[in-house]
Amino acid sequence: MGAVPARPSQLQLGVDLDALNGGDRRAVARTAAAIGIATGTYGISFGVLSVAAGLSVAQTCAMSLLVFTGASQFAVVGVLGAGGSTAAAIAPALLLAGRNALYGLSLVPVLRGRLGSRALQSQLVIDETTAMARAQGEPAAAHFAFIATGISVFVCWNAGTALGAVAGTGLANPSALGLDAMFPAAFLALLAPQLRRPGAPAAAVAGAAIAIVLVPLTPAGIPILASALGVFAGLAARRRAPRRPET
Amino acid sequence: MSWAALLLLAAGSYALKAVGPVVVGRRPLPAGAVEVLELLSIPVLAGLVALQTLNSGGELVIDARVPALAVAAVLVWRRAPFLVVVFAAAGTAALLRLL
Repeated sequence: MGAVPARPSQLQLGVDLDALNGGDRRAVARTAAAIGIATGTYGISFGVLSVAAGLSVAQTCAMSLLVFTGASQFAVVGVLGAGGSTAAAIAPALLLAGRNALYGLSLVPVLRGRLGSRALQSQLVIDETTAMARAQGEPAAAHFAFIATGISVFVCWNAGTALGAVAGTGLANPSALGLDAMFPAAFLALLAPQLRRPGAPAAAVAGAAIAIVLVPLTPAGIPILASALGVFAGLAARRRAPRRPET
Repeated sequence: MSWAALLLLAAGSYALKAVGPVVVGRRPLPAGAVEVLELLSIPVLAGLVALQTLNSGGELVIDARVPALAVAAVLVWRRAPFLVVVFAAAGTAALLRLL
């Protein structure tokens, strides 16, 4: 196996994907709406943190429209808010966006249509839409789930971002309010559901250890890039433990 | 952050999303590449957790963010909603800094 990547086993939103198998379109649309609303609350916290990190409301909203992948956006404003350079902020964001390439590849049988249409649909390739599409049986149902979830999440994520950015403008002292402590909490919440995959705990421990060890030794931006090397610890752990087949 | 940097980021993340549906089509990827992509976000997220908790301008420090992360960890484990997790972390840090 290995050629067809598994769908994310569980969303960070706590939605039980195994409960999504089958079901009619109305049920899929309802689930898509629920996922959208949950994502909207992420959007609110992203908006607040982004303006606190020094981005304007317009830039914050543009990022949610154009980048539209949550973990990467949190990474950018997290690094910028901690005083990192733009390059140091963009690099980990693109590393985190790498998994969307995998999702896009796994969705090739689902995303049909002309080139222009596929190009437009590509912007909606994220955790939530991939998970919903792959929870369906046949390609037409998968495509409906992809589009319904994509539109729902896109609308709510951007509305939440705008709301948070406007509400967060003018917060006097981000540190006194503990906003800097929101970032590690947010990354932990994004990481936790992924830890059940084979090799994931080893990769996580290695990534954190590499980053910490390098902080006093290297310029800003290097530790987070180097943390990606933790992937090899995960691969080694997978080799040792036989891989459980995922459904 | 400049607008140029923001657009560069947008172009990069879009390119990653579109590589399958627009460029590759049905050709299968090498299994090794799939494995790396599957795991890649995990060490980077863990690295971000560590750095955003302990790094302060190139030095490792232990401050109010550490207990805030501990509170967040308990809530994540209890499957609390995302917004509850991040605001509880902020509240913990804010409270400790008031004391």
